[in-house]
Amino acid sequence: MSVDETTVRRVARLARIAVADHEVPKLATELAAILAFVEELSELNVEGVPPMTSVIPTALTLREDVVNDGEDAEKVLANAPAREADFFVVPKVVE
Amino acid sequence: MNAPSKTPASSKLIAGATGDWELVIGLEIHAQVTSEAKLFSGSSTAFGASPNSHVSLVDAAMPGMLPVLNHECVRQAIRTGLGVNARINLQSTFDRKNYFYPDLPQGYQISQFKSPIVGEGEVVVDLGEGESVTVGIERIHLEQDAGKSIHDQDPKSSFVDLNRSGVALMEIVSKPDLRSSDEAKAYVQKLRTILRYIGSCDGDMEKGNLRADVNVSVRRPGDPFGTRCEIKNVNSIRFIGQAIEVEARRQIEILEDGGSIDQETRLFDPGKGETRAMRSKEEAHDYRYFPDPDLLPLVVEQAEVDALKAALPELPDEKKARFIRDYGVTAYDAMVLTLERESADFFEAVAKGRDAKLAANWVINELFGRLNKQGVGIEDSPLSADQLGGLVDLVTEGVISGKIAKDLFEILWSEGGDPRALVESRGLRQVTDTGAIEKVVDEVIAANPDKVEQARAKPTLIGWFVGQVMKASGGKANPQAVNDILKAKLGI
Amino acid sequence: MSGPLDLTFAEARKAMKAGEISPSELTRAYVEAAEQGRGLNAYVLETPEIALVRAKASDDRMVKGEAGALEGLPLGVKDLFCTTGVRTTACSKILGDFTPPYESHVTDLMRRAGAVMLGKLNNDEFAMGSANETSCFGPPVNPWRRSGSDAKMVAGGSSGGSAAAVAAKLCLGATATDTGGSIRQPAAFTGTVGIKPTYGRCSRWGIVAFASSLDQAGPIARDVRDAAIMLGAMAGHDPRDSTSVDRAVPDYEAAVGRSVKGLRIGLPREYRVDGMPAEIDALWTRGAEALKAAGAEIVDISLPHTKYALPAYYIVAPAEASSNLARYDGVRYGARVPGRDITEMYENTRAAGFGPEVRRRIMIGAYVLSAGYYDAYYVRAQQVRTLIKRDFETVFADGVDAILTPATPSAAFGIGEKADASPVEMYLNDVFTVTVNMAGLPGIAVPAGLSSEGLPLALQLVGRPFDEETLFAAGSVIEQAAGGPISPERWW
Ligand SMILES: [Mg+2]
Ligand SMILES: [Zn+2]
Repeated sequence: MSVDETTVRRVARLARIAVADHEVPKLATELAAILAFVEELSELNVEGVPPMTSVIPTALTLREDVVNDGEDAEKVLANAPAREADFFVVPKVVE
Repeated sequence: MNAPSKTPASSKLIAGATGDWELVIGLEIHAQVTSEAKLFSGSSTAFGASPNSHVSLVDAAMPGMLPVLNHECVRQAIRTGLGVNARINLQSTFDRKNYFYPDLPQGYQISQFKSPIVGEGEVVVDLGEGESVTVGIERIHLEQDAGKSIHDQDPKSSFVDLNRSGVALMEIVSKPDLRSSDEAKAYVQKLRTILRYIGSCDGDMEKGNLRADVNVSVRRPGDPFGTRCEIKNVNSIRFIGQAIEVEARRQIEILEDGGSIDQETRLFDPGKGETRAMRSKEEAHDYRYFPDPDLLPLVVEQAEVDALKAALPELPDEKKARFIRDYGVTAYDAMVLTLERESADFFEAVAKGRDAKLAANWVINELFGRLNKQGVGIEDSPLSADQLGGLVDLVTEGVISGKIAKDLFEILWSEGGDPRALVESRGLRQVTDTGAIEKVVDEVIAANPDKVEQARAKPTLIGWFVGQVMKASGGKANPQAVNDILKAKLGI
Repeated sequence: MSGPLDLTFAEARKAMKAGEISPSELTRAYVEAAEQGRGLNAYVLETPEIALVRAKASDDRMVKGEAGALEGLPLGVKDLFCTTGVRTTACSKILGDFTPPYESHVTDLMRRAGAVMLGKLNNDEFAMGSANETSCFGPPVNPWRRSGSDAKMVAGGSSGGSAAAVAAKLCLGATATDTGGSIRQPAAFTGTVGIKPTYGRCSRWGIVAFASSLDQAGPIARDVRDAAIMLGAMAGHDPRDSTSVDRAVPDYEAAVGRSVKGLRIGLPREYRVDGMPAEIDALWTRGAEALKAAGAEIVDISLPHTKYALPAYYIVAPAEASSNLARYDGVRYGARVPGRDITEMYENTRAAGFGPEVRRRIMIGAYVLSAGYYDAYYVRAQQVRTLIKRDFETVFADGVDAILTPATPSAAFGIGEKADASPVEMYLNDVFTVTVNMAGLPGIAVPAGLSSEGLPLALQLVGRPFDEETLFAAGSVIEQAAGGPISPERWW
């Protein structure tokens, strides 16, 4: 399993992680090694086997439609790296 | 995927420079689920709160926070599914749609990708003049709304408010069954009516509680589907129509110039009357959907579906059919009367035990007409069903004429009161005493000898005389009696 | 020479009840020990003020006879657990000085039961690692050293700080989490007892997520009895975690010392891996003999899909992690590194905030979920997971009550010793533990002897879903046979 540098850059972009040019070859090698390791799974016949959805079968918890949370903007904003009044602030986004 | 070959009605085709084109439209409607709390948290869905106040730690995606599904949102989705005759999937799953955006705190939207809670269904859409189109529903799934980014407060920054983050949406996906902007508008209108009947979405498009992604493509009649563009987040029925029209024209122009359509997302600018490609969606998305491991599969019991079905209100189609059957109103009137559940209820209250056609006439032409003109909803109508019913009674009993009834309607609209008491106190009662009417007729004949001559030669002029008599009686004379007496006196 | 630090919690509880020592006295001893043990880098944040205030409250409850199950227990908390008003970092730079305004469900339960928090403990960044060498605070040091060497050894990971602190008596017990072995492997490396309960037994609410379908909280303690007491207080249903199981918590302590007569203990042949050190093999055999001597029946079993567990894990865990860690984007909390636009801000923040191992796993996760690879990797891995779980179900259906395996393929290694090892070589540390997470089962690591180099070695017992009691019963047999709890020589 080889991973080319375009793939490394594409995946890094998807994951929103900046990679410097000099990091790319090393990352390509590491990712390739991990992918080669997991490649072992392809030798198994999994036809008709349902993929795991819940490892311990239980009914999904549901909540009732009651408002019992929120109403504390300060709590939500207290750790914000940048804020303006009660808004989070980010670099301008263009739509 | 090729379209099932439907022969398009030629009226729906768009004439281009090089021949006819057929429009193909599919809609993804995002409808905000009516609920007190959000889809996966206990914070409020109420509109118009101060920034970041209706936000829980879950909505802000704080570390270690987990979603717990709101049961009512599930019920609302099921009700909606039942309302569009769709299959309810007893097992469905929630998936994560991964992408980065500042108003998407988790870095993913929880949605239903592979197994939605509602499967295929259909909606019959009236197009007027007895025409209708059946629009297939592909699926309805539950998902989270995003927060709001405000871009115009600061030249260098965007402000993020998470109040809407996590509010439940139903995405209602239609099949590409629509062939004109009128069909698309009628479909959205019909869907909105159904949602409002069921109470699963208030349909308030101004608040963005109902908005559409419009998929538009064009093709030569009989050809396979063309490449489509998705126009994002169109938030009024009128704009949906306009967006489709301008987008279709844009695509046809490109194709006729020998170009090809790029599959892309676009925005509709109502001010400029054009669509433009979205800049932020330039790069191809790879959403990396996978089942949300924080949520187990959602299993719904058939018994719950049955109970929700049994508790559904009468839906617009059933109601319309019943109105035609039981009240004898026209299909068109029935459609108008059932557009809103409250209007239909109002009509039924007026029609009960009365002449239903007359009631329909008064409700639609006078009341709805007036409400529309004033921009007032039926729930704020100054006239109650009792008052309008009383008015209809007075007309039916011959106590007042149709003309006086309109005056009475005005009084009721602006001043209120009991219709019967008003007729007495304001002396609006219709004159049926032939002696009194004869007296007026005689006066009118005496004052217009030339017209009498003409009327004898041309009997249709009797209408002019009726008008004069009615005027002279202040509208209170019984029109039938006036007619009869005039005929006798004029000898026609 | 024995002092307050040498008491297990069960012993300290007795002494406190008898008034021989107060929670405050015990806490002060640990506050001091933590200070003196700073060279071990087990704590990333000491909170002595909080500890002393809570200990004082414990004193009062003790006097009033209102002691909770963990009253006066000086506790260390893995820095993955959110703690109200106390910095929580997951040992990642990306969380900066994040100070949660909320308390994880598990630590909240423990606090309510009377536990006293001494501080936050080191772990691998976002719990990703098997040696605790990926922490942004540097690795904690194992209090055990090879005989005749003063080379510093890893404490195992990811809960290395918890294991080191308990082994060095810098706290009496610690919370930990286990996604692929992160409780059991460090416990094995430090001669402590660690149990990962059944998936769903402890709430994940308020614990920084690594891989949602695998993460479970559990205790690391001085001996089996303490682990049982602690788990009893940590477990329980939490409606805020959709995967939390609504099931009564048994009296785990009562299971310690319970007879194992008649239990069927399985030895899976697939765990006899190539190149396994002879001393590990011998340890395993001795453990089986001890259980046999106590009346259990030892049977050979097969878990045929064992060798696929680790590859499948290295698809599922990174996939979930890549999505779970998307929320660390520099918008709402944590560190932010500016950029020219929003995308650059994200990319810079996440490149600087995450360490190399976390970045690697996020990228692998994004890769295996991306378009065109999802079915081949993620879906297949989840299918393999089903097969792995079926292996266990088959064995349990055949009447096996618990499974005995080595906990790790080797004893602890030196810090930095495997700096040149490939990521995959490091992953092999979890070869015996990871299957248990993949199947959601409970697993306990119990010290069973020392290596030829004088380092602790442990055995693992794996139980049926929710049968932690059998693990405590059988674990205590192993513990006794090995001569009871072990402690390192103090050198720090
Ligand atoms: Mg869409
Ligand atoms: Zn959507």
